[in-house]
Formats: sequence, structure tokens, C-alpha cells
Amino acid sequence: MMANEAAAHADHVEPNYFAIMVILTILTILELMVPPLVSAKLTAGSLLVILAVAKALLVALYFMHLRFERTTLSVIALTPMVICVFLIIMLLPDLTSTTRTYTPVEPTAMSETADH
Amino acid sequence: MSEAVVDSHAHSAVKQPAESPVTPESWGKLGMWVFLAGDAMSFGGLLAGYGAMRASSPDWPNPLEALGIELTAFMTFLLIVSSFTMVKALSAAKHSDLPNFRKYLLLTIIVGTVFLGLQAYEWTHLTHVGMTMSGNPWGAPLFGTTFYILTGFHGCHVFGGVVYLTCVLFTGMNGRFLGENSSPVEIVGLYWHFVDLVWILVFTFVYLL
Repeated sequence: MMANEAAAHADHVEPNYFAIMVILTILTILELMVPPLVSAKLTAGSLLVILAVAKALLVALYFMHLRFERTTLSVIALTPMVICVFLIIMLLPDLTSTTRTYTPVEPTAMSETADH
Repeated sequence: MSEAVVDSHAHSAVKQPAESPVTPESWGKLGMWVFLAGDAMSFGGLLAGYGAMRASSPDWPNPLEALGIELTAFMTFLLIVSSFTMVKALSAAKHSDLPNFRKYLLLTIIVGTVFLGLQAYEWTHLTHVGMTMSGNPWGAPLFGTTFYILTGFHGCHVFGGVVYLTCVLFTGMNGRFLGENSSPVEIVGLYWHFVDLVWILVFTFVYLL
């Protein structure tokens, strides 16, 4: 692949850094427009996450030159992300059970069974 | 050594050490990437913990109302600009352009310092409003705890980055890191961009969501 060729020498064609800075700024402005314009929580949340991930990817790929490095380096960089997603998935069942105990129904139900 | 020369069908002066296939330029770069992967797990753990507390809290305050967004948006912009000046400094170092290397690295340090100043201002303001590690006027006390720990941990990284950049600027003042020797500049750049990348995520998850 071309990426390997580029990684062999550091002298790949320099990306237009200024353009990337401008895109990052525009994405930030878009992020700021999401909360006042989008009222649906889930839509606004997903939009914000997508924008944030896009910005993070731009920084990693172009400013940190990950695009021009060997694939192994991207694997190293991606490992913590995979582990974090796994951590969040592992936390999810715990979260739903915690919110369930907050509902006011349960304490009365418990005291009733204690009386009998 | 001879194997490396044959392998790369040399179109320029090849002197890569064959021992480091992932980052042929320097071992330090690989070291920084591995460190950053570990550091990303620290931030990931903190963010996941923050998300877990927030999701299980019935009275989490709305960050958009409690925290000032305009100032932090400007701080985000500052870090993006500092990332830009950082790549320009590296580019100048690679092209053996000492004046521009100094100029852009100094600009990066200044912008990083301004970021720290604004964060100090923001924290002072928030503590005056009554938001502390143990409580705040709007709701769940953990709102303040997670906020100060997350932004504080990131602020420590920015502070460390400013010190690191200053060290590189002073060592490289006389042109030590120019041309082929620019790898220390690239490594400090990786760290600095990582700090920017983490702020992008913190800004979204703590301030906007």
C-alpha cells in the first residue's frame, strides 16, 4: 500500500495544516450550534459525539501524522479506544440496575414484604 | 544495515535502523505513542467513570447552564490554534528553518499558557459561584467532583506540555533539532496534539452533552 511507502521516509507531502485548523474551527462552531438548535436529547447527543470523533480523528490523522505512519502504529493508538468502549459496555448493566433502585416504588414494596 | 538499504530501493540517503520497524525515524516516537496509549486509558477511565455517575444520578445539573460555554469554546479554539503552530514548528525544524522553528514553538508555548490562565480564571469563577469538589448550587455534588478531576487532570497535562515545550525550545535554540535531527520536536508535538485531542473530547462530554 501507499501508506507503507510513505512511512518508509518521513518526507511525505505535507498536508494543508491551515485548512485542517479551519475545518476543526468550523466543526467546533457546529458543535456549539447543536444544543440550542436540536432539542431532541438523543439526536443532539449523537450529533455531538459524531462531531467530536471527527475532530479527534482529524487531529490524530493529520496533526499527529497517523495517516502517514505504518498500520501497526494505528493499532497501538486504537487499542485504548477499543478497551474504553469495552469498559462502557461492561458498565451499562450496572447503570440500569442503579437507576431502577431510584424509583420510589421499590422501598414500599420491600417494607410490605418485610411486614408479612 | 545493508539489508535495510536493499529493502527500501533507496531513492534518498537511507539510514534507517532496521531494528525499529514501526517508527523507523526514532525509538522515542514509538515510546511516546505507547505512553499516549496508556495515558488515553487514564482519560478513558475517568470519562467512563464520569459517564457512569452521571447516568445513574437523578439530579445531574445541565452543564450548559452551570458552566460558561463561550469561554471554553474559545479555549478549545486556542488549543486548535496551538496544534497548528506546533505542526508549523515541526515543519520549520524539518526544513532547517531556525527562526520559524523558534517563532512557532514560542507561539505554541504562549497559547498553551493562555489556556492555563483561562482555566484558572474559570475555576476561580466557578468556586466563587459555589461549585466545589463536594457540592454545587444546582444538584448532584458529583457534578463538581467529576468536573474538577477531569479538567484538572487535563490541565496538568497542559502544564506538563508547556514545560516540555519550553525545554525543547531552550535545547533547540541554537539549531540542535534541525533537518534530520527534528525527531524530538516531532515527539513533543505528538504529546501536544494528544492534549488537544483529549480536550476536544472533554469539551464535548463535560460541557456540551
